[in-house]
Amino acid sequence: MIKVRGLTKRFGDVVAVDDLSFDVAPGQVTGFLGPNGSGKSTTMSMIMGLNHPNSGSVTISGKKYKDLRWPMREVGGLLEARAIHPGRSAYAHLWSLAQYGGITKSRVDEVLELVGLTSVAKRRVGKFSLGMGQRLGIAGALLGDPAVILLDEPVNGLDPEGIRWTRSLCRDLAAEGRTVLISSHLMAEMARTADQLVLIGKGRLIAELSVDDFVACSSKQSFKVRAANLDLLIPALEDAGALTLREPNSCLTVMNLSAEAIGELALEQQNALYELTDLSSLEDAFMELTEGAVEYRAS
Amino acid sequence: MTTTLLIRDDVTESNSRAGLRCALRGEWTKFWSLRSAGWSVFALALVTYGLCYLSTNALRSQARIDDPIMRVLVGFNFGQFVMGVLGVLFLSSEYSTGQIRSTVAAMPRPGIVLGAKAIVVGGVGLALGEVLSFSTYFLGRFILAGHASQISISQPGILRVLIESGIDLAIVGLIGLGIASIVRSSAASLSIFTSVMLVLTVVLFAMPGVIVHDMSRYLPANISSTIFASTTPSQLQGTPLFSPLIGLLIIALYAVVLLAVGGWMMTRRDT
Repeated sequence: MIKVRGLTKRFGDVVAVDDLSFDVAPGQVTGFLGPNGSGKSTTMSMIMGLNHPNSGSVTISGKKYKDLRWPMREVGGLLEARAIHPGRSAYAHLWSLAQYGGITKSRVDEVLELVGLTSVAKRRVGKFSLGMGQRLGIAGALLGDPAVILLDEPVNGLDPEGIRWTRSLCRDLAAEGRTVLISSHLMAEMARTADQLVLIGKGRLIAELSVDDFVACSSKQSFKVRAANLDLLIPALEDAGALTLREPNSCLTVMNLSAEAIGELALEQQNALYELTDLSSLEDAFMELTEGAVEYRAS
Repeated sequence: MTTTLLIRDDVTESNSRAGLRCALRGEWTKFWSLRSAGWSVFALALVTYGLCYLSTNALRSQARIDDPIMRVLVGFNFGQFVMGVLGVLFLSSEYSTGQIRSTVAAMPRPGIVLGAKAIVVGGVGLALGEVLSFSTYFLGRFILAGHASQISISQPGILRVLIESGIDLAIVGLIGLGIASIVRSSAASLSIFTSVMLVLTVVLFAMPGVIVHDMSRYLPANISSTIFASTTPSQLQGTPLFSPLIGLLIIALYAVVLLAVGGWMMTRRDT
């Protein structure tokens, strides 16, 4: 169980993570979704105790990361691909980590087998392909058989077989009752892997919802809404059975309700509608949700 | 997944927490699992023995010189650099490759990581330094035997030179590690290390004024030059020098201060 509360991180003037709060529950895969530069990696670094937040807190099973007695046996992390010295063999890398965690040599062999790197274990990591490097990173995360697993963009650069392998590994780990948090900027991939979604944009929480809800709602129609008084409109929409996702730029994504119903509800309240745009597919909905939150975009 | 063989049964910290002992094991493995470690040790030995041969062989046909042990151990001036560079890279390469993030995730108290690295660098430096100083002495004694500049451990100061030269090598390695723990970047750490060890000496001597000259005795290079010699001059080019033992304590203090500041900064900063 990971609890993130009011987490804020600034790098100079840039607010990378802004008052972020969410939970990651055990026994399911939680997808951490947001466009590039939205603060996913920074948040995961703070969960792993590598970056220090300006304010807020993260607890793992009720403890701060630095207070864990045997961090490797409680939390396993794949951090932004390749936090690994390229001059060492895969085996030496894992063995040195195992020694840090008081873990046996036979466990090193076991995780190498699990990720399918046994035959290249003595080869230097610098010679590894991107996919092999990702697998080695995952092996490192699993070394201590931890109950909490964080994988930052685990399918980045993987071939279809590697993507499928990672997906089923995540599902298996969650089925064993572990807490699994994986980040991605690919909506479609997350929809197939995760049970629960945490959506962020520009370091802020956009929504926390189940993949089923997200898929169900967005396979129906969803609308982008701007209105004079959103605070007034949201409860009324939700009473009418809509799912609303508030965006940072005072927009609202409304799902599970028709355009007519939205318009009439606003009229009842004397609440001026500035925009009511139809969003069709899941991918479109995600793009719309994060549009105001994309930091870098090709023009 | 099976968990039966997960935990080492010889881990005495198993009922407490991951600590220095585990970190030390991990860092020991890391040190020797890079090819550069083996090559550096090989290069160090080759250069120390090679320079000893070249410089002492020339003495066979000459009248006795003042301090033959200095000529025997001339390679240690080079060895210091190799050890310092090893100390720098042992940490700075973790920052340049991102490895440090795996390390600190495994041991969220970076002070313990640095402590373990310091013990490995200091231990390897000391063992290597003593083995090299004594073996080089025997090589030099063999070459100079029966000639005017022959050396013997019973001559005054020789044993002191041999012991302290090994310690000097370890301390210089720790100074390298300490610089890297503050600066992090390999390029910056190495240029600072080289500046302090080499360039500063030249620069200070080129400066006018007694105060600047007076400061030059605090430079590691000048301190080392007294350590590598059995007959210590009290002055070098008109500048007063520390005695070898005081000098050794001064550079040890440099290493301790650098590592303490670096350890504190590693704890404070993002990794």
